[in-house]
Amino acid sequence: MLEVRDLHVSYGNISAVKGVSFDVAAGEMVCLIGANGAGKTTTLKALARLLPAQGAIHYRGHSILHRPAHALIGEGLTLVPEGRGVFARLTVAENLDMGAYCRRDRAEIAADLDRVYGLLPRLKERADQLAGTLSGGEQQMLAIGRALMSRPKLLLLDEPSMGLAPIMVQKVFEVIQSVAAQGVTILLVEQNARLALSVASRGYVMESGTITLSDTGPALLANPKVREAYLGE
Amino acid sequence: MDTFIQQIINGLVLGSIYALVALGYTMVYGILGLINFAHGEVVMIGALTALTVIKLLADSGLPGTLVVLIGMLAAIPVCMALGFTIERVAYRPLRNAPRLAPLITAIGVSIVLQQLAMIFWGRNYHAFPPILPTTGRDIGGAHITDLQIVIVLLAAAIMAGLMLLVNKTRLGRAMRATAENPQIAGLMGVNINVIISATFLIGSALAAVAGVMVSANYSIAHYHMGFILGLKAFTAAVLGGIGNLPGAMLGGVLLGLIESLGAGYIGDLTGGFLGSHYQDVFAFFVLILVLVFRPSGLMGEKVAERA
Ligand SMILES: Nc1ncnc2c1ncn2[C@@H]1O[C@H](COP(=O)(O)OP(=O)(O)OP(=O)(O)O)[C@@H](O)[C@H]1O
Ligand SMILES: [Mg+2]
Repeated sequence: MLEVRDLHVSYGNISAVKGVSFDVAAGEMVCLIGANGAGKTTTLKALARLLPAQGAIHYRGHSILHRPAHALIGEGLTLVPEGRGVFARLTVAENLDMGAYCRRDRAEIAADLDRVYGLLPRLKERADQLAGTLSGGEQQMLAIGRALMSRPKLLLLDEPSMGLAPIMVQKVFEVIQSVAAQGVTILLVEQNARLALSVASRGYVMESGTITLSDTGPALLANPKVREAYLGE
Repeated sequence: MDTFIQQIINGLVLGSIYALVALGYTMVYGILGLINFAHGEVVMIGALTALTVIKLLADSGLPGTLVVLIGMLAAIPVCMALGFTIERVAYRPLRNAPRLAPLITAIGVSIVLQQLAMIFWGRNYHAFPPILPTTGRDIGGAHITDLQIVIVLLAAAIMAGLMLLVNKTRLGRAMRATAENPQIAGLMGVNINVIISATFLIGSALAAVAGVMVSANYSIAHYHMGFILGLKAFTAAVLGGIGNLPGAMLGGVLLGLIESLGAGYIGDLTGGFLGSHYQDVFAFFVLILVLVFRPSGLMGEKVAERA
């Protein structure tokens, strides 16, 4: 579904991603873990075409390196950005509508809205409330729900657990797993390595702009280097 | 004649026009963070375009109201094309430049448009042909013409339509999303360039209507009318809270009222020292007061924004 080869991204002359390669196959949940500043967000932004990049990015067999950012969601590639990025001055319902901005199939959109409300009942209760008044956890749910409204084939999630209390993290991950169970391919970026590796089938470890390890989730969880550096043991 | 009621009426008429122009400033500011100082010139071009058409048709035997309507319908696409072009040529290349660059460019565009208008239409004042009915009615000792009634009602209808567009349609939702966070709106599939162009098109159409209203109301148009009108509408937008649409409408109407009442009473207040031709002073007095005491305007940013 996604093939990334020798991806380079820099901010001016600061190079943040220095030649990373990885794959995500259809139906997989893959995670990308790494310390602060490792280049995870930069990688996802490059995939979503928010940053210019060198290298190769193939999505469903085609290069998307030169596609405009706004064209990707219609092709099923949707990013839930770091810090959620909900529209604070739009209502919850309007935020969800924005997720379906590129779609014209009204009946299907309405069905998907019911499905999202079923998955995230809290959003339904707050449908007419401004998104800026939601709690951090609710905003994360909204960001995920909004992305689901686009009917993603590949969902890129940037630190969905950031800044949330443990119980909320648990809920967010339950939602992510049920989305994955519906067949959506997921690339998950996380600081919370233990949680990410326990739900993902495979994982990549990123360190200062390069990928240093890759293996199955359980194998990385058992890897002494990972245990020492990312699981605090 | 009752001065107070008369000045309220005049203020409402003037305020409706300011509001239409202020909306153009505030919409562009909301989306680009740019004060489009050329917007006043778009109003001027609208007024002169309409007036040219109206003069051509004045002796055609068509009813005066219809002639003015045709003039307005001619000015609207001209202004829309102008606004669209200004954005494409002058502002888009500077989208990622420091904020000062597009601001200076806006002033430059304004000067260029004014000079072009002077070359094309001359330095003279153009009188609005007396083809509109001068009928009116008396309210509580004051007089309101049918033209003034139409100006207020038309402005109100246009503003109601704009609010519906912005709050209830897919385009309006995308405009609000883009105003809040263009990058995330792009992730949702919104083509930002289309939204920005749409914003300029809508604002310029409102400017065209406002231009016809001003020239019909004062029976005059000239190549430098856009400057002071633009500055006042900008003041109205700041007064309401720049970037805020209902604020621009409120600011426009308030400024119109302040100006009219001020002009009506300034003679009495200063013992005849200052006359009603000092009307323009009030707008700038208001601008300074707002900038000093409440820079966010009357309706600026009240929404709670959490991380
Ligand atoms: N806009 C920017 N301008 C300059 N440098 C940047 C910019 N954004 C990120 N960087 C740098 O790029 C590097 C990678 O940042 P990135 O945000 O991708 O890290 P990350 O792995 O997502 O970290 P975190 O886990 O803290 O979110 C960092 O060294 C950061 O300082
Ligand atoms: Mg990050």
